[in-house]
Amino acid sequence: MTIVKTNMDRRSFLKASALAGGGLMLSFSWLAGCKPTPEQALTMPKEWFELNSYIKIGENGAVTLFSPNPEFGSNVKTSMPMILADELDTDWKNVFVEQADFYPERYDRQFTGGSQGIRQGWTPLRTAGATARMMLVNAAAQTWKVPAGEITTEAGTIHHKSSNKKAGYGEMASLAATLPVPEEVKLKEIKDFKIIGNSKKNVDGLNIVTGKPLFAIDHKVDGMLYSAIVHPPAFGMKLKSFDASSVKSMPGIKDVFSINVFTEEYERNFFDVATFPEIVAIVGNSTWEVLQAKKALKVEWENAPQSSFAMTDFGGNKSTGSIPAGLENSADHKAKMAEYSAKPGNILRRDGDPEAQFKKAAKVIERTYSAPFLAHNTMEPMNCFADVKGGKAVVYGPTQAPELIMSTLAQALGIPKENIQINLARMGGGFGRRAYSHHLVEAALISQKINAPVKMVYTREDDMTSGVYRPTYTATYRAALDENKNLLAFHVKAGGIPETPIAPNRFPAGAIDNYLAEGWQIESNITIGAFRAPRSNFIASAEQSFLDELAEEMGKDPIAFRLELLKRAETNPVGETNDYDAKRYAGVLELVRDKSNWNTPPAGIHRGVSAYFCHNSYVAEVLDLEMKDNQPTVQKVYAAVDCGIVINPDAAANMGEGAIVDGIGNAFFGELTFTNGVPDKTNFDKYRMIRQKEAPRSIEVHFVKNDVDPTGLGEPLFPPVFAALANSLYKATGKRLYDQPFQPQLIEMGNLKM
Amino acid sequence: MATLNLKVNKKSYTVDVDPNTPVLWVLRDHLNLVGTKFGCGIAQCGACTIHMDGAAIRSCSLPVSAVANSELTTIEGISENGDHPVQKAWLEHDVPQCGYCQAGQIMTAVALLNENPLPSDQEIENAMNGNICRCGTYLRIKAAVKTASQSL
Ligand code: FES
Ligand code: FES
Repeated sequence: MTIVKTNMDRRSFLKASALAGGGLMLSFSWLAGCKPTPEQALTMPKEWFELNSYIKIGENGAVTLFSPNPEFGSNVKTSMPMILADELDTDWKNVFVEQADFYPERYDRQFTGGSQGIRQGWTPLRTAGATARMMLVNAAAQTWKVPAGEITTEAGTIHHKSSNKKAGYGEMASLAATLPVPEEVKLKEIKDFKIIGNSKKNVDGLNIVTGKPLFAIDHKVDGMLYSAIVHPPAFGMKLKSFDASSVKSMPGIKDVFSINVFTEEYERNFFDVATFPEIVAIVGNSTWEVLQAKKALKVEWENAPQSSFAMTDFGGNKSTGSIPAGLENSADHKAKMAEYSAKPGNILRRDGDPEAQFKKAAKVIERTYSAPFLAHNTMEPMNCFADVKGGKAVVYGPTQAPELIMSTLAQALGIPKENIQINLARMGGGFGRRAYSHHLVEAALISQKINAPVKMVYTREDDMTSGVYRPTYTATYRAALDENKNLLAFHVKAGGIPETPIAPNRFPAGAIDNYLAEGWQIESNITIGAFRAPRSNFIASAEQSFLDELAEEMGKDPIAFRLELLKRAETNPVGETNDYDAKRYAGVLELVRDKSNWNTPPAGIHRGVSAYFCHNSYVAEVLDLEMKDNQPTVQKVYAAVDCGIVINPDAAANMGEGAIVDGIGNAFFGELTFTNGVPDKTNFDKYRMIRQKEAPRSIEVHFVKNDVDPTGLGEPLFPPVFAALANSLYKATGKRLYDQPFQPQLIEMGNLKM
Repeated sequence: MATLNLKVNKKSYTVDVDPNTPVLWVLRDHLNLVGTKFGCGIAQCGACTIHMDGAAIRSCSLPVSAVANSELTTIEGISENGDHPVQKAWLEHDVPQCGYCQAGQIMTAVALLNENPLPSDQEIENAMNGNICRCGTYLRIKAAVKTASQSL
């Protein structure tokens, strides 16, 4: 039995009423078309009684659950309320879910990213649900004059057996809402979960398939104007001047001006990655009119000098950020990365005496892997609605990180935080891109300047060419073997522009006596940021491709080889800082081996395996490839996942399928290159995205069943698939692929089509 | 500027816009029909798919002047209560992740099934290939099209 103290999450017990004077607390719930559907058992009550920040209950027993985190497609808006509902012990069909606004006084960590929503929300949400349940039980105890300990609940009803008294939650809600919050509450036993672990449909499903206005880009108010932006054409350039008169007389155009998201004295935070801080904004009566003016605007750019700024880094330390000058080229990037690969890097981990072992090795295998910059290409381009007037601001935009952009907004607008309300829109994809939310600041500055509500929308070209990209990386792996093909030492040296992808304490560290990891990085003015499983998304592909080749060299089955290493890490680990659980890691490999019948692939199928640990979760994948008319076709992908307790299994499988499709797409096609600072691709005509025909024919996602608290899911299925694909392509073509994307090399192999 | 009469989802509208304005922006900005989405603006992603006289078209790349005499249908118009067999199949398979591409996917699927009620896997893949889903829900899309096809 788990008993938790409620004071760990005190802020969720603040009632809205206590804050009503201070916060703006605009309800945007109507945006979601949040009216009850006929299938819903209960309709809107006459009155709501608030039990805590997450839960209010109507007199008729209807329950509203607030989903705290922004939704970008990872299903938190359904799965987080499921956790609340289970501990509250209510009937899911009586639940309405509302997206909470950004409200730091009431909620912790309203951040979607790093696959941490469920992991970090798990205990607070359970506590909030259990506390509300306890308060309802206490209300019944008081009303019936019976001990609370004799009262049970089930699916929204309260029961006292010996007196045979029964009541719905709705009947006790008004009293419960006035009772003190219990000091501690009992959480359910895992075996007693009724909602958690049972698939529930997306709470916004009907709104999505009927085209309801769910996204910031859909928002509209009376008197709203439209805005387009014009940004520098190249990294390393900035605004010199523009001629407002070149467009001011065009139909529908109201104003043209420049804005800057940073004031001089502002101290930036780690997420203040604004691609081009100064841009030109065009405001007018309709999207089409501002897009016409965008094309016609006369504007001059100039090369930006090297610049620096005060910032607080990821660890909270004060530092100075700097942006180098220059117009960068992908060809130069490649040459520079090769140069750095050849030099010694910074030693990140060293076990045993790897150098000595390499010297005495009978054979050394060395392979170098690379991957390019990637654009996130969220389906909904960056955009935002803002209404700033009279010293107050309402901002409604797609952001994964409202808390992080709040300070940026406050300094840019010169408005204190308490007068800024950020409402959280459903996002048309995130993938890390919207952890950097300067589009919110841009829209707010535009609205402030014209003193009217405005919706600013990036074109696809703006979105793709002013990104916060996945960095480009390269990694060189070396293995030393003795004459009997035993592994003596292992060396990885990896870096990128502008960061190293290495996590030095992950597998295979801990499994090899002589191990060396080195990292390096090269500065750049191309803006980069989090992209689904940052760093892991590359290093997993390199490491797992190398292990495959190494296993082959050593004459071992690739799964057996990994399991052997993991056994060593489990029973007699090298070093004390290994950050993975070797047993759980082996568990997913064994599961995928069973589920895929690893040793007996169907006829004509070429198989690759890969596994990785990140975001506290373990994933192994087997990919089945078929060559059909010289065209590589992914027939099937098997994934085995250990992410602890799974809240919403079908939605979790959907997320996993998406990550696998995303990985296959990026491995085959994903690439952004630069010429003189200009991104070489601007839209989907050149930037190839995976489509229906290239998606696997089927995907099976298998979850390890255990009682471990839930961990990340949105990201961990993504990194391993790159190598599973590369390893199966090797089986199919006889050629190892070292450089992403693969498709151009497959074409060069002759006869292959894609 | 020109005054144009449009027929969308069986309703008549009069708009006063630049005749070159793409249908997409007329729907979204002028008629408040925002279910049709902007994804690329160059007929590459399918997010803006609507029907013109029953056929799927890319509304981002068609000037409004070209549709004055046509019947347009958007995601808002395929059913009263979200109970078109394709919408129902989408819910059954819990297809959407972020949901942004799904109006376009559904409009393409409806047009396909209107023309070919029992498409093969390959016909589904071909028809749906123009609609990008960045979240990667392709398998569920295909499964939902099949389910809808069986219930037609
Ligand atoms: S917006 Fe029309 S096809 Fe992409
Ligand atoms: S569901 Fe997100 S783009 Fe398709």
